[in-house]
Amino acid sequence: MAGSSSAGFEQPASFTFDAESEAEVAKLIARYPAGKQASAVIPSLYVIQKQMKRQTDSAWVPVKGMDALAERLGMAPIRVYEVATFYFMFNMAPIGKYHLQLCTTTPCWLRGSDDIVAACREATGIKGWKETSADGMFTMTEVECVGACVNAPILQVDDDFYEDMDREKTLALIAALREGNIPPKGSMSGRQNSAPEGGPTTMLTLHFAPEA
Amino acid sequence: MLQDKDRIFTNLYGVHDPLLKGARSRGDWDNTAAILARGRDAIIDEMKKSGLRGRGGAGFPTGLKWSFMPKQSDRPCYLVVNADESEPGTCKDRDILRHDPHKLVEGCLVAGFAMGACAAFIYVRGEFYNEGRMLQAAVDEAYEAGLIGKNACGSGYAFDVVVHRGAGAYICGEETALIESLEGKKGMPRMKPPFPAGVGLYGCPSTVNNVESIAVAPTILRRGADWFLTLGRPNNAGQKLFCISGHVNKPCNVEEELGIPMRELIERHAGGVRGGWDNLLAVIPGGASVPMIPKSICDDVLMDFDSLRGVRSGLGTAAVIVMDKSTDLIKAIARLSKFYMHESCGQCTPCREGTGWMWRVMTRMAEGKADISEIDTLEQVTKQVEGHTICALGDAAAWPIQGLIRHFRPVMEERITAYKARIASPARMAAE
Repeated sequence: MAGSSSAGFEQPASFTFDAESEAEVAKLIARYPAGKQASAVIPSLYVIQKQMKRQTDSAWVPVKGMDALAERLGMAPIRVYEVATFYFMFNMAPIGKYHLQLCTTTPCWLRGSDDIVAACREATGIKGWKETSADGMFTMTEVECVGACVNAPILQVDDDFYEDMDREKTLALIAALREGNIPPKGSMSGRQNSAPEGGPTTMLTLHFAPEA
Repeated sequence: MLQDKDRIFTNLYGVHDPLLKGARSRGDWDNTAAILARGRDAIIDEMKKSGLRGRGGAGFPTGLKWSFMPKQSDRPCYLVVNADESEPGTCKDRDILRHDPHKLVEGCLVAGFAMGACAAFIYVRGEFYNEGRMLQAAVDEAYEAGLIGKNACGSGYAFDVVVHRGAGAYICGEETALIESLEGKKGMPRMKPPFPAGVGLYGCPSTVNNVESIAVAPTILRRGADWFLTLGRPNNAGQKLFCISGHVNKPCNVEEELGIPMRELIERHAGGVRGGWDNLLAVIPGGASVPMIPKSICDDVLMDFDSLRGVRSGLGTAAVIVMDKSTDLIKAIARLSKFYMHESCGQCTPCREGTGWMWRVMTRMAEGKADISEIDTLEQVTKQVEGHTICALGDAAAWPIQGLIRHFRPVMEERITAYKARIASPARMAAE
């Protein structure tokens, strides 16, 4: 199947949930009604991906991991494979240390996502999509709308959104990541989340009692 | 224009504490037991009376939808909340999840109670990892405070809330695909009927609602349907979260009254169109799926369901994508065609094959490498996809192209003519 050594990487010979993963999967299964543990398949695939990140510094889902999950959830392995490959957030092959996910859908494109793509290519040397830099630090993936369009363009690194990006901010972000510094997520222009630049136009008259 | 005293989302930008203490100071969870004590029918009647129309795009009356749930059921009933916000241009539910999560959790309880549900499942798109964690923190707090759980708000009603993380598939925003996904399968839409209110999650009666529709419910029930009806326009009641992106000076999310003029919305809150209003070319007013409208219509159109339908577009998710005169509109729509091709689940032939075909032709159109007669062919194909698929993704792929052809056919023709002229140009041949 896809992901054999002929695809340029090795599948691990085995996969066992470690204690942290086991606890997480057990917690996930308990959320759903009795007998409906298949509902936990998507959240549990993330658990596998995270365990691989812990163990190998690359977040991906190996075949043996899906097999272990199938057994844990009482599903046929093919049911887990088809879910893992239908959705876009599971990496079926090893990726770099940092996963650069670039939104290029129209709202980001209108705000200059082409510049962000070019800056990422320049800084990492990666030419195509789903490719990993020679040093193993970065993988670049083109993603569809990530749902933060008023803060476009967005560069998602692993689980975090870096918003209101431009060429310089992208180069600086990648340089920081290379040094092992992960800058705070969110708007890189310094504005308050999705409020207009320069401050909100609303809630200027309504004040709440102090929260403390 | 919406006044601050009528705002529901008073922490939209996350200025204040999003969690329980802050939420309570903003009026959330204020004697929720009294709302439940009114009883199921009274809650649904009040929601019907408020005129709230679903905030996820289709605009179906929320109270009416709740009333479709069986009065008595020997199977458990579920509320499913659609937080798979993926319509390009849309990022309003994200702010509710991360900055006002208790409005959603409280909404789940009152809506779930009104429809006789024992639990709510909130399906959060996979990319909203941090937002999902904030929501989970709010749910955990609500359990701890006894607001949900075995004896929700001391009402004697047992109600669970489960946060579920998806994994990056636009199609799961379609309600039956979302249910399939929640059951642990590929997100492929189901045929309707049966509708979810009869056979939904785990084969049980279920109602799927958008995050915003559920999050506004407690405030409507507290302040009353009559208050809600004073906002907005007839048949388009209330306030709404708008997302203004693209070529504006200050892109932002903002809560406004339905029926606000588009120009006022953009100029008051988003700092106006880049280069001034006269530099406007076109707007996609309700998320990627709705047809674009040219400046001439934008000049005086109102932002509500019926007004935008009246100009053959739609309010959709109220995601306003602004494009100024520098925009290559054909390329902008071709990119959306690529989006739909990528997101088609592949179940229905017209969509699976049609979205790829439309993208390929749109790519040629962007270059001008086409024949003028192909514009008609393209339009015909969009009509053959539209309405011929199980879910509305086929329609969503067709409409942006139809909007482009309807309003900007001359631009497409010019592009083709220019390409042909370039190919035939002796200057170019000499240069080669």
